[in-house]
Amino acid sequence: MSDTAKAAPILTVESLDKSFGGLHAVNEVSFDVPEGAIKAVIGPNGAGKTTLFNMIAGSLTCDGGNVNFRGTRLTGLKPFQVASLGVYRTFQNLKLCSHLSVLDNALLGRHVAGTTGFLGGMFSTRKSRREELEAREAVLEILEWLELTDVLDQEVGNLSFGRQRAVELARLLAADPAMLLLDEPAAGLNMHETDDLARRITEIRDQGRTILLVEHDMSLVMDISDEIVVLNFGEKIAEGVPSDVQSNPDVIQIYLGGDE
Amino acid sequence: MNWKAYRPVAILAVVLTIIQLLTLATDTAYYLTQMTMAAYYVIVAVGLCMVMGYAGQISLGQAGFFAIGGYTTAVLTTSNLTEKLETPFFGFLDRIGLLIAEENLYGETVTYITPWIALTAALVLAASVAWAIGVPVLRLKGHYLAMATMGFGIIIYRIVLGTRLFGEADGISNVPAFPLLPGVPVSSDFSVRVVNYYIAWLFVIAAMILLMNLVNSRVGRALRSLHGGEDAADAMGVDTSRYKVVVFVIGAVFAAAAGVFMTHYNGGIGPSEAGVAKSVRYVAIVAVGGMANLWGALVMGLVLNFLSLRGLFGHFDDAVFGVVLVIIMMFFPDGLFRAAVLDRLRSRLKELTAAVSGWLKRGGKGAES
Repeated sequence: MSDTAKAAPILTVESLDKSFGGLHAVNEVSFDVPEGAIKAVIGPNGAGKTTLFNMIAGSLTCDGGNVNFRGTRLTGLKPFQVASLGVYRTFQNLKLCSHLSVLDNALLGRHVAGTTGFLGGMFSTRKSRREELEAREAVLEILEWLELTDVLDQEVGNLSFGRQRAVELARLLAADPAMLLLDEPAAGLNMHETDDLARRITEIRDQGRTILLVEHDMSLVMDISDEIVVLNFGEKIAEGVPSDVQSNPDVIQIYLGGDE
Repeated sequence: MNWKAYRPVAILAVVLTIIQLLTLATDTAYYLTQMTMAAYYVIVAVGLCMVMGYAGQISLGQAGFFAIGGYTTAVLTTSNLTEKLETPFFGFLDRIGLLIAEENLYGETVTYITPWIALTAALVLAASVAWAIGVPVLRLKGHYLAMATMGFGIIIYRIVLGTRLFGEADGISNVPAFPLLPGVPVSSDFSVRVVNYYIAWLFVIAAMILLMNLVNSRVGRALRSLHGGEDAADAMGVDTSRYKVVVFVIGAVFAAAAGVFMTHYNGGIGPSEAGVAKSVRYVAIVAVGGMANLWGALVMGLVLNFLSLRGLFGHFDDAVFGVVLVIIMMFFPDGLFRAAVLDRLRSRLKELTAAVSGWLKRGGKGAES
């Protein structure tokens, strides 16, 4: 979406709150993510970005507040339940099955789409075999798009970091997600890889998917985001389109530092 | 179907047939008894391989499940129901053909429940117990899980050792044959020794096919992803706690089924089958076989159990398995059947053959220097 204006929100975050002991990691943060947009959450280290992310994805319980996805409350759900609703995440420091092949890792993304159970698998029923073939076809297309077809059968652990990131993205796309949560997708990538990533993220958005990302690479964020939320010490200090956020004095203050 | 994947199964069948023919030719059919018993232990091992090797959940309680199977069928098929035939319940079972009446050595009539019912009861019981302990215990990880499952194994061991019903230290004997097919019983009778060898290994082959299919299915992939990638699996929508429990139940059912048939084959079961040493043995076998390697577990399960049952390890039987486990963990943590190990073996073999052929060329004389 080019005109970020007012598409209906697909995800709403309402006064989300989390403390660790005396540290107020996320303090009453609220924002919307419009459907089909790329929204970025930025902020200095320790601003609470990843904590916020983990609460949305269900891997961390929140102390207060609410997350709604297409009218369904995500708060209180476990990660696998959040995923089965169509919200899939990546991890800042990659969570791949390093002993499995690239193909198997990507196929894991088809888990929710499949229906084969333990018995169907053991007796290799016709349905389970057909499902497996269909999954393979869908996944191969994605792997081709991410230029991973030359390493299909290699163990993921043996690939370069950049390609491992691509495998994680392939796994995510294999799930046909309505919404992607990308936790620092450019971390550890070189400039060339980051450019590829930017192009791919916008392409994914253009397929009609919604993206929420946490990122440190400012030029990437400013280039591709439709909207930006800025956090500092757990509080939201700014929100808006990139140009507004860039010229916001509070944001300049925290990023460039200022005289007291 | 991808028939290529089943080629190892065909090779196994051929090898087993050759072994049987060899024992026939050399008049050593007594080896088949240990081969048969080893087959039942192999079923426990491949079931554990799924739980531990593929899904990464260690269980030191497999002997407990084996014992649940064996003791359930032993108790049910050795209680004489002749005097209870008047009661409506057993009368009904008798009328629908679920009771078996035989004459024992003393000419008395012995009536017992058909082993098919005992088998069903054993499997249901093992599955329920596995489910009940799996739900709380499988939240634990690593050595905590190992200790919890070992605790379960010890409890089962103490129960069978201390209960009159289970024969205390003597175990239960005089377990009747299992009427698998008309005229084909599972029993240790010499007249059915060869057929029992094939029955046991057919069970193994069936187990292997089921597990190989499972590994290569959607569910198998989810299980493999649990091993070292639990967060990833969770994030991709895998209900990890449920998958862990179900694979644990499958491992338990395999162990219990092996326990049932082994008990009918041997005509009894004793408390040593429930011992923790036996559980360690199964873990050692899966580890030597290469953890996530069903065929490794099968081969090592056969070899080690056969040698043990032949009495090769003597008094050190349990110690041998302990030592094997330690050596594997220290020097071959990926098992013996990994490419790196095989490559090393191959190059050593090459050096050896080169040395030998050089020696032969020199006409059997010492080195040239």
